[in-house]
Amino acid sequence: MAQFKKKQAGTKQEIPTSAMPDVVFMLLFFFMVTTVLREVTLKVRIDLTEAGNIEKIEEKRLVSYIYIGPEVLSNNRLGEDKVQIDDAIVEDIPAIRKLMYDKLLEEPRMIVSLRVDKDSEFGVLTDVQEELKQASAFRVNYSTKSKN
Amino acid sequence: MLLNKPKRDMAEINGSSMADIAFLLLIFFLVTTTINVDTGIGLVLPPPLDVDATPPPVKTRNMMHILVNAQGLVLMNEQPTQVVDVKQKLKDFIKNPERDPDLSESPQKAIVSIKTVRETPYRIYIDMLDQVMGAYAELRNEVSLSNYGRPYSTLGKEQRKIVGDMYPKKISIAEPDKD
Repeated sequence: MAQFKKKQAGTKQEIPTSAMPDVVFMLLFFFMVTTVLREVTLKVRIDLTEAGNIEKIEEKRLVSYIYIGPEVLSNNRLGEDKVQIDDAIVEDIPAIRKLMYDKLLEEPRMIVSLRVDKDSEFGVLTDVQEELKQASAFRVNYSTKSKN
Repeated sequence: MLLNKPKRDMAEINGSSMADIAFLLLIFFLVTTTINVDTGIGLVLPPPLDVDATPPPVKTRNMMHILVNAQGLVLMNEQPTQVVDVKQKLKDFIKNPERDPDLSESPQKAIVSIKTVRETPYRIYIDMLDQVMGAYAELRNEVSLSNYGRPYSTLGKEQRKIVGDMYPKKISIAEPDKD
């Protein structure tokens, strides 16, 4: 009797995986480069407001942040409006001048990103802006969320 | 003799788990990465005032005073204005198509002066600034479309400068009065 034998392809049906580590490494490097590991711990509440006509800051290296908002106290209460730079709350507003001036010397093209809580008042921001002017850090950016 | 030494196998590190290690690292960085671009309203602050220097003379018609008071109300040249109307009013002021003697002489001479008080809510201030930026963005876009046939955002560096010089952003942030 004639028997039919199932025909099988001569080649192995396998995806070559030898290049996989390379691909994965490539992705890995991409994410390693783009990751910003060190995030500041916020001691003030920042809830940004929205705006439509905004621009992106492409070069994150240039940015230094100033946070202004109500201080977060224990058991979730909110205190007075405070200024936070890097990891600490700055009580002494005139000290900002020296702080920002030193940063400006390191990076002359510095952009100061002002991250201000939407419910805060303008008064503290005015004092900070005044110090920025004195430190000749003129480029500022009011951080907002995108409206659309 | 010496040549007949048996050939030894090359010592090899087993590389099959390399992909697993790389995956592990990859997943770690995937999880920790936040690709958030900072967005916001850019502004250049004016240099600090010299005590002795007198401010340069500016014709009153070329100045648009915008005042945001403690209640969050907007005054444009003494007239109460809704925040949403700021853009249109400002465009009229800068462009002045009908050569109104009360509005600016030319777009190059128009200056927007923004004044606040200490109690101004930040949110209203940003809304108003957003409108001001919107007015300039629309004016620049108009010129760009009529001159080059494409929006301002797609222009090259030199063309941007030309259009930008036609509608220069002259925004001054005045200090609030001391109380």
